[in-house]
Amino acid sequence: LNHVVHNGGLYKRPFNEAFEETPMLVAVLTYVGYGVLTLFGYLRDFMRQWKIEKCQNATEREEQKDFVPLYQDFENFYNRNLYMRIRDSWNRPICSVPGAKVDMMERVSHDYNWTFTYTGKVLKGIINMGSYNYLGFAQKAGTCQEAAAKVLSQYGAGVCSTRQEMGNLDKHEELEKLVARFLGVESAMAYGMGFATNSMNIPALVGKGCLILSDELNHASLVLGARLSGATIRIFKHNNMQSLEKLLKDAIVHGQPRTRRPWKKILILVEGIYSMEGSIVRLPEVIALKKKYKSYLYLDEAHSIGALGPSGRGVVEYFGLNPEDVDVMMGTFTKSFGAAGGYIGGKKELIDYLRTYSHSAVYATSLSPPVVEQIITSMKCIMGEDGTTVGKARVQQLAENTRYFRRRLKEMGFIIYGNEDSPVVPLMLYMPAKIGAFGREMLKRNIGVVVVGFPATPIIESRARFCLSAAHTKEMLDTALKEINDVGDLLQLKYSRHRLVPNLDRPFDETTYEETED
Amino acid sequence: MDFKSMKNYLYWLYCQFELITCSYLMEPWEKLLFYTFNIAMLVTVLYTAYIFVPGHVSAAFDFFLRLFGNQHENTVSVVK
Repeated sequence: LNHVVHNGGLYKRPFNEAFEETPMLVAVLTYVGYGVLTLFGYLRDFMRQWKIEKCQNATEREEQKDFVPLYQDFENFYNRNLYMRIRDSWNRPICSVPGAKVDMMERVSHDYNWTFTYTGKVLKGIINMGSYNYLGFAQKAGTCQEAAAKVLSQYGAGVCSTRQEMGNLDKHEELEKLVARFLGVESAMAYGMGFATNSMNIPALVGKGCLILSDELNHASLVLGARLSGATIRIFKHNNMQSLEKLLKDAIVHGQPRTRRPWKKILILVEGIYSMEGSIVRLPEVIALKKKYKSYLYLDEAHSIGALGPSGRGVVEYFGLNPEDVDVMMGTFTKSFGAAGGYIGGKKELIDYLRTYSHSAVYATSLSPPVVEQIITSMKCIMGEDGTTVGKARVQQLAENTRYFRRRLKEMGFIIYGNEDSPVVPLMLYMPAKIGAFGREMLKRNIGVVVVGFPATPIIESRARFCLSAAHTKEMLDTALKEINDVGDLLQLKYSRHRLVPNLDRPFDETTYEETED
Repeated sequence: MDFKSMKNYLYWLYCQFELITCSYLMEPWEKLLFYTFNIAMLVTVLYTAYIFVPGHVSAAFDFFLRLFGNQHENTVSVVK
């Protein structure tokens, strides 16, 4: 069921996004499962308190028992009673480059996941469906690796200074010019850590007296940056343009809460691809709203740079829009470029201001030279400037893999969230026991997946998240799909009733105030 | 052969029960406790049903029979 959105011709291509509703029986059974685990959690806590069972988690010291309790909130209860039981699906140690196939160290636990021991055996050739390796640049051989090795022998690994002091290498200048050219903006600046790019630069851009309109499902780095800035934060529903428009109208009409003065700045925080939902932001509509209400847009392209668009330039190119419409284009080098770090691109005045006033520039160590060279080589490869068509082939391979994988999973009958073109594929599991079972069964069949539960997702909507890569060949995808099919039959995960709720142009919920007062 | 596939099917059903009630994640003594409680509840319910349901069903049957029986006699006398 393809739903083509006609919003006054803002979209040049169909926007197919679907979030199938949770089946009622599945939701009820999920609550039953959580209820049983909660009861057993209370029983185990009781036994630990009365010393019937040895307490292996952190507790307060005897002298501190009369103080405010530290470990009695829900998060800690969840941690010691539910998370501990399925903990072996996370923090698995890998011992090779995280390419399309990865090696993992085998570990066992003899006391139900409180401690792990390594058997010494290495599981080789596990198909890697969890790494953010969208274009397959996580390699240990090839042009990127050779260039990085050469730069390592020239510059060493450490920089030993911040950008403002002695850490501004010529490599950084070269990188920033290349990033600006890649994105189509005037100027760009690169930072050592993607999380720190968001959390340290938003406070430099907005402050008290400004308004931040942030999407419901924004990443922790954006939320942290927004809170650190001291601006007023208002949340709009995920990817819901009616909700955003209502908030903008209210902000312009009513101004600041007590004094009714106009807001100094209104900043809209959105992401290109939301990694937990696999949804793509409705960028044409956001830009139209931004222009109408004269606010600023901060776009976090952590997952979409390199992964979307005919030549990998991100979500702006995917929709065919002008990069100059986005005021602050932020992204990371971790996902598609196989390196580390983040960047911010925009107008020259903005970047020059950030060079002086950003916390990251003043206090954080700059990027390490081999990492910079990896980014430069991979970016030139994607742009086609190294003389080959490898980059373009990879971008196309990723798009094909995405479409094929999503289509096959939907045909099998799983509930898959998100947009048809996003390489992040969340497969819904719902029940807590199935989270642990899915991770373990897939590892038995030599496929490594990432499963996600509370608190990263709502408590009943736990999921397995596949990240596709251009390095995956069709045979690998077919193997993975066959195993997912088997595990889906074994655990009964095929909940879909093929009743895709189509994304209406104007969803009739309480945010469309203009129409509901009849 | 039918027995083998039936056994597999029953084992699969048991796995689904384990996954839904999260006894898949429990330690053996917790499973023992959980299953004992469940089986005890089930046996109690079945025993109570065995004792009381026939009595209730026959009382309800008598009630409705009397109701419709009287009605039948009444209508017959009116028509005549």
